[in-house]
Amino acid sequence: MTARPGIGAVRQSASISAAKATLEVLRRSGRGGTAAPGLVALQIDPEVVSRIARRLPDGAVVVAGTNGKTTTSRMIADIVEASGRSVIHNRSGSNLARGVAATFVEHASLSGNPNGQMAVIESDEAALPEILRLVRPRLVVLNNLFRDQLDRYGELDTVGTKWKAALAKLTPSTRLIVDVDDPTLANITSDLAAPRTTFGLSVPEHKLDELPHAADAAFCRKCGADLTYRELYLGHLGDWVCTSCGFARPALDVMGCDVHLDAMSSLTMSVRSMDKETRDVTVQVPGIYNAYNVTAAVAAGFALGIEPAVVQAALEQFRSPFGRAEKVIFDGREISIALVKNPVGFNEVLRTITGGGSELAAPTMIVINDEFADGRDVSWLWDVDFEMLAAGSLPIATAGIRGADMANRLKYAGVDESRLIPLEGSIEQALQTFLDRTRGEPRVSILPTYTAMLAIRAALGDAGAVDRFWEE
Amino acid sequence: MSRQRTLRIGWLYPTKMNIYGDRGNVIVLSQRAAWRGIEPQVVELDIGDPIPDDIDVFFFGGGQDQEQIAVSNDLAGPKGDRLRSAIEDGAAALAVCGGYQLFGHVYRPHDAPPLPGIGAFDIETDAGSERFIGNVVAESQWGELVGFENHSGLTWLGSGVEPMARIVHGRGNNGQDGTEGAKYRNALGCYLHGSILPKNPALADWLIARGLEYRGQDSELESLPDTLEERAHRSAVARARIERRDEPGRSLLARIAAYAPIPRS
Repeated sequence: MTARPGIGAVRQSASISAAKATLEVLRRSGRGGTAAPGLVALQIDPEVVSRIARRLPDGAVVVAGTNGKTTTSRMIADIVEASGRSVIHNRSGSNLARGVAATFVEHASLSGNPNGQMAVIESDEAALPEILRLVRPRLVVLNNLFRDQLDRYGELDTVGTKWKAALAKLTPSTRLIVDVDDPTLANITSDLAAPRTTFGLSVPEHKLDELPHAADAAFCRKCGADLTYRELYLGHLGDWVCTSCGFARPALDVMGCDVHLDAMSSLTMSVRSMDKETRDVTVQVPGIYNAYNVTAAVAAGFALGIEPAVVQAALEQFRSPFGRAEKVIFDGREISIALVKNPVGFNEVLRTITGGGSELAAPTMIVINDEFADGRDVSWLWDVDFEMLAAGSLPIATAGIRGADMANRLKYAGVDESRLIPLEGSIEQALQTFLDRTRGEPRVSILPTYTAMLAIRAALGDAGAVDRFWEE
Repeated sequence: MSRQRTLRIGWLYPTKMNIYGDRGNVIVLSQRAAWRGIEPQVVELDIGDPIPDDIDVFFFGGGQDQEQIAVSNDLAGPKGDRLRSAIEDGAAALAVCGGYQLFGHVYRPHDAPPLPGIGAFDIETDAGSERFIGNVVAESQWGELVGFENHSGLTWLGSGVEPMARIVHGRGNNGQDGTEGAKYRNALGCYLHGSILPKNPALADWLIARGLEYRGQDSELESLPDTLEERAHRSAVARARIERRDEPGRSLLARIAAYAPIPRS
């Protein structure tokens, strides 16, 4: 029997061309399409991602975790690029299977050849099992698992259990880079066929005194007893040990240490492994949470065999992904934008903008939407320690679809009502009003949820302040 | 001068059963008491802690499966008996989600042994196969209630309790009989997160008043300015009325339209 062109190849090129056409239509109609072309591609050829991924000469890295996955995957992409390789990366934070598919088809020829040597893929928590199956990465970076958008993911245990099952299917050709300061991650990666590199922090100078309200997983995943922390750094991350069975944080293969924080702008730290080190690297990202992202990125760079000097240079030139923690100049004023999406991340942002919990340094607008990508349940606002904002006198505006919930939360956190500016209407109008009402202040902060951030970016972009993100 | 009033709030399992921001309910009970000159005292009742005699109002939130098992074990025996008799005597209580289920007779999972509750409420819960997720609007003796449900347990009311509310929008106890939550004496249980009390202040004040009465204190509550609470309530109700865009069974085109980014103006 003669070989016919495989039905797979036909499907693949149909899938890729349809997706590319969708992308073009969306671009021309002024909508920055990120996920829709992927949805089309997957509908026609569900295996299109794996067909393209297996032709990547240097394989793929997948990054997952509740907080920091966008920043970390960007850092890794920059490090890989600095090592002289071309990178395919889902840069717009489009991290569900359809977003990953959109990225792959956009960066592949119609015959399915990728136009990059390596892929660095950020994965949504719920999508990780599917993305691992499709991409079959050489490296998987797991940052952390926090309480986040329970309406989408179900409970934290459920996500952990699904990850464990998916990770168990990996072969020894995939290496895991795991933040073992997170007890859940340490537990679910402790006994797998895939080899594991552990990382974490050792920063006694930044330890917290007590477990914050938003902390999860403060009990042992092995025996159910409570965990205690020799040192706690953020949420439930730190140097932990079980009070009953003795299960404890594993030894760190890669350790972040000597962290110096410079308020809202940067940090300097060292990262060490057994035989490599990046010493006193300064990165333009704020907060202890970013020390974890830097450590993860360095660990990935080391695992890919990239020289410490190259890793260091890439990190020193790194700039924050859109909305994660960025500053824009508008009308002669500096606007800081920090994405907020779950209690632990929000607490860290509050810790940063209040200078460690004393009082706000600039008037602030909090913008809460409840679209699917934000999390439709706003209950999580009650797990954030807004009581940190009660001191001080600067105004706080609230906006977004659920801005009213936010204003109410601040009232109950003890913020004087005379400081609250509850804004209704569109985010564009709210932004305008907020900037008008705080005229004369050289600096303001905006803390939006994900879709609110897209709207803020668009409004500022229209006014000439920042580039539109899909043009990156 | 009337004597200084205090409100003793017993927060059941604050570290284990607090997964959906239900801490907001404790914050609201405390603040609405404090704003009226009533001293709030929050007593955290964790695993192994006895139930004190002088609690006015209990709060019991939701937890994950593993925690719920540990809590069920802790409540088996005298501790659960104490809690049940306090409710029988008229203590005020609010239980949400997992806590609500454990106020009942039993929770029956799919593939694990039944989890006994304290039996304060004449209700039973079965594991369901569908997860009810979304904003809920319900009618009740406290007026319109609004919250967010996220549960797969199906709760069935016996003759010994009355429903706390009737569903206007959403799924409620079991998606079938139109009821939401349960009420027995001064104790309430429901599936409403949000948190529920911040957006439904009349419900919060009812719990405070019943708690004050329970230990013989003056239950008269002056009214508070609730402008922000009412706005939060209205915006949540408006959300509930909008069609859910991630409902299954929609066409590919509709899904593409729903997930494409927001137009730029």
